[in-house]
Amino acid sequence: MRDFSYLRADSVEAARNAAALPGAMLLAGGTTLVDLAKCGVAEPSAVIDISHIKGLDAIDVSAGRAVIGALAKMSHVADHAEIKGRFPAVSEALWQAASAQLRNMASIGGNLMQRTRCPYFRDPANFPACNKRAPGSGCSAIGGVTRGHAVLGTSEACIATYPGDLAIALVAFDAEVHLGERRLKVEDFFLAPGATAEREHDIRPGEVITAIEIPGSAAARRSTYLKVRDRQSYEFAAASAAVGLELEGDGRTIRDIRIALGGVATKPWRARAVEDALKGKTFDEATVRKASELTMEGAVDHGANHYKIELAPRVVARAILKLGETA
Amino acid sequence: MNDQSTISPTTLSIHLTINGRDHALDIEPRVTLLDALRDRLHLTGTKKGCDQGQCGACTVHVDGERVLACLTLAAQVAGRSVTTIEGLAGEDGTLNAVQAAFLEQDAFQCGYCTPGQIMSAVACIREGHAGSDEEIREYMAGNLCRCGAYPHIVAAVRHAAEGLRS
Repeated sequence: MRDFSYLRADSVEAARNAAALPGAMLLAGGTTLVDLAKCGVAEPSAVIDISHIKGLDAIDVSAGRAVIGALAKMSHVADHAEIKGRFPAVSEALWQAASAQLRNMASIGGNLMQRTRCPYFRDPANFPACNKRAPGSGCSAIGGVTRGHAVLGTSEACIATYPGDLAIALVAFDAEVHLGERRLKVEDFFLAPGATAEREHDIRPGEVITAIEIPGSAAARRSTYLKVRDRQSYEFAAASAAVGLELEGDGRTIRDIRIALGGVATKPWRARAVEDALKGKTFDEATVRKASELTMEGAVDHGANHYKIELAPRVVARAILKLGETA
Repeated sequence: MNDQSTISPTTLSIHLTINGRDHALDIEPRVTLLDALRDRLHLTGTKKGCDQGQCGACTVHVDGERVLACLTLAAQVAGRSVTTIEGLAGEDGTLNAVQAAFLEQDAFQCGYCTPGQIMSAVACIREGHAGSDEEIREYMAGNLCRCGAYPHIVAAVRHAAEGLRS
């Protein structure tokens, strides 16, 4: 790991000023930055430790929304009674991510800045070509081992999968990220690679994530996160779905439904075609399964990841049907 | 910025509180807590497994919560309280209940992952996540054992949790 200077910021203002320095990177939980510095992927010249800023870890659930401070730990948010009660998919997504140790370290703001687990991206010594690391150098994954790579939102420049869980639930429920004065939808905060794979987030030099805000809704209250993976625990998603459901007073007509996908796309992926196909329809298994087939509209596989195109619609259907049983 | 800040990548002078004792250290900013513990403070009970945050061998407690020392910069925990496997037993050498349970249940073969397993198990029980074998397996998933001693590890955590409850 290349050495760097270390600065401890004791306020958001100090963090913003320091973050604007060339080569500066913010350190919160360290689970991404220290890891990538060891891989030789991140080479900060200055590490700005924001983990000691006071008051940035508050979790406030009131007035019909949740505001989660950027430094709140994943484990604390997952265990928060009102998050569990009003936003179960958020709690479940966090709880199924990483391990207990990593959840105690990783912050909510840092979680949004988590980088892809693409093995080619993480191995610069053996795979110099990576458009995310070195724009224009090419993509080692295309034509390589692609079992874990994305099938939605890919480009000729990059097929790396967005690896996180929390953001999938956030996108399903229209959460916003607070970057000081600027606020934007989490869905827009994440960028598909296009021709600029190196840009993963709409964040500007000197900006610091201060909070995430999730609007409450009936669909968020009746929600779940289903994660299918190669082993039962401590593994990234092969395919996952955050789903929320609201039925009309008749108990069977779908008033609102929210669906977002993880493990299959280059960014947290909202499945609007499935939502639109289900709104106003009667909730039954055949309808849900048929609509779920729209999940993979536009999907492009690279051989070994073809299974995701079959898997994801089943994960979506199973998650929706599971919610139907929890009336 | 406080007194512990510096703007050059040169040596930092920090104080770490490990197992209740204060240690003064001059270190490079990039030094992890794991390397500081093992190479500088000679507290070699905390093990280096993958050094990439994947195996759990380096699990320690910071302010009472289990974390990975390999992904924690030493400078970052200046001002916090760190507990390692060396800090679990009593002053007179009496083993912590979890340490005793690992011995009783023969919960290891080579023993390399054991300090991390025990630190993780102490926290797992304290968090209230040791209510069933299934729950223990889920909340101990961040600690890998290449020998595959998992059934005995689960038994040790279960016994320790039951003992601490009664």
